[in-house]
Amino acid sequence: MSTDFLLRRIMIAIPSLLGISVVLFTVLALAPGDPFGELVTNPNVPAEVRLALRAKFGLDDPVHLRYIRWLWAMLQGDWGFSFVSRVNVDTLILQRLPTTISVIGASQLLAILIAVPVGVLAAAKPYSMFDQIANTFAFIGFSLPTFFTGLLLILVFSVNLNWLPIVYSTEIAGHGMAYVWNAVRQAIMPVAVLGLFQGASLVRYVRSSVLEVIKLDFVTTARSKGIGERKVLVLHVVRNALIPVVTLVALQMPIVFGGAIVTEQIFRVPGIGSLLISAMLANDTPVIMGVTFVFSCLVVFFNLLADVLYGWLDPRIALR
Amino acid sequence: MAGSTLASPSAEKTERFSPTRDAWRRFCRHRLAVVSLGVLAVLVIGVVLGPFVWRLAINDIDFAAQLKAPSLAHPFGTDDLGQDILARLISGGRISLAVGLAAMLVAVVVGVVVGATAGMSRGPVDAGLMWLADLFLSLPQLPLLLLIIYLFRDTLKSILGPEGGVFVLIVAVIGGLRWMPVARLVRAQFLSLREKEFVEAARALGASRLRLVGHHILPNALGPVIVAGTIDVANAIIAESTLSFLGLGFPPDIPTWGRVLFDAKDYLDVAPYWALFPGSAIFLAVLSINFIGDGLRDALDPRRVM
Repeated sequence: MSTDFLLRRIMIAIPSLLGISVVLFTVLALAPGDPFGELVTNPNVPAEVRLALRAKFGLDDPVHLRYIRWLWAMLQGDWGFSFVSRVNVDTLILQRLPTTISVIGASQLLAILIAVPVGVLAAAKPYSMFDQIANTFAFIGFSLPTFFTGLLLILVFSVNLNWLPIVYSTEIAGHGMAYVWNAVRQAIMPVAVLGLFQGASLVRYVRSSVLEVIKLDFVTTARSKGIGERKVLVLHVVRNALIPVVTLVALQMPIVFGGAIVTEQIFRVPGIGSLLISAMLANDTPVIMGVTFVFSCLVVFFNLLADVLYGWLDPRIALR
Repeated sequence: MAGSTLASPSAEKTERFSPTRDAWRRFCRHRLAVVSLGVLAVLVIGVVLGPFVWRLAINDIDFAAQLKAPSLAHPFGTDDLGQDILARLISGGRISLAVGLAAMLVAVVVGVVVGATAGMSRGPVDAGLMWLADLFLSLPQLPLLLLIIYLFRDTLKSILGPEGGVFVLIVAVIGGLRWMPVARLVRAQFLSLREKEFVEAARALGASRLRLVGHHILPNALGPVIVAGTIDVANAIIAESTLSFLGLGFPPDIPTWGRVLFDAKDYLDVAPYWALFPGSAIFLAVLSINFIGDGLRDALDPRRVM
């Protein structure tokens, strides 16, 4: 893969990041109310101070100037100040980002580990008993909303069986192996909720992707050379069928983030999703804008990653 | 051949070809879709006619009947204020299903207009619109949805009232963030259909652009759109329930399915039924709509059937 391809992809990603920032800023600019609403209601802040602050932050300037200033501040990492916890927004987000990323990463891994074998086996014998059962379960899987599966798991494993803790905590008891075990135990349910949902929708994509490849001529050639069916499937079909699946995993990221917000809220995982919800309930506008922007950047980043991986796995794409 | 002339009149009598009947026949082959159609019909009839049969009020507070398990007086039990859960689910189901349907209509109308415009015009308009669709596809949906509702809820509430304001906002935002797949589908269909002979023939006969689109191209492009629209209803129901579940959707006095689940989630240990009924209602509605969409795909998109 050439650096030229990489550069071109990055050049495509930048306008979409700019576009997203325009959308976010437009939403904020169109919104009624004052971003400094908290200062208005605060009786300790006199009116002239508020007006001076408005002038200082340039809130009365034309829209395009405000946009450029806002974007410049965001790029420099100056994301403002949380009204509620009195901490800079970027420190707050950086504290919580690793938790979100690790939960999402683990659940994506689980989704792939479920979806690839099931999808390939279902496609190997289309319309067989296994295929139909897998298809039905896939439908059930992505029709079960994450908030309901989360509650069901809590009901079964925490309330009834008392096996797993309900609340995810940052301060885990124990040392050594006990620490690791406790950390894994509290992550099981959030990861399972997200992973099963994601896996269920991936199964169908893997299946149809394998079905596309399996009817190609080179597969017939491999079979007619007398290579065993299992070897044909694994070495010839799956390798090629998984290329579009890589893109799909990355393109599903916006949906995954939505699911992550819900699961973090249910299990009280201290990630940026639950930060977003608590900021909304507390009218903490700078935090809300910061988290939304981080989510947007992550989505663009994963799209870029998908493009680059796609070019690496399938050199025909990179040549175009 | 003599045989075929003899056979044809009787064949015509039994199997008169009609596209609708043909589609229905293919739909019926998908057994789960037919079952789902029945389940969804029961749900819809239940929430539409329910209030006439089950006359308990949704906000009838009765502290004597707090957190009662399902019984004859309250088939789905009662919540922490002694309100009847069945009555709340019936009234909430009307809103949840209405939001799903209305948001789907918004998404489909916007998607068809954008897709048709892009598909009929070449060059910069097409490229620009598709760039816009790609941009919207890479927006993080739920955070943005939450952001818009957070920022605009109070204004719309004061203009349209608490119920109407939130309804319009939620429908507009969910629909406005889901038109892109429809637009891409319609554009792809238009690109291939507008080069077909029957369109060329219509153009040669002097049909206007509007007539070409409305009478010749669009009707032929509708199959996949109907399938995508069906699945959009399910997605919109999930989106609305998610908002309500996070406590950022409809206000507490309007019990949508997601809202009832939100209220129930802190009582899982004492009243699991409270969460199970609304959750199952959402699940059944979404699952049956997804299966119906799958059946419709078999019925309306014959090329994709393998």
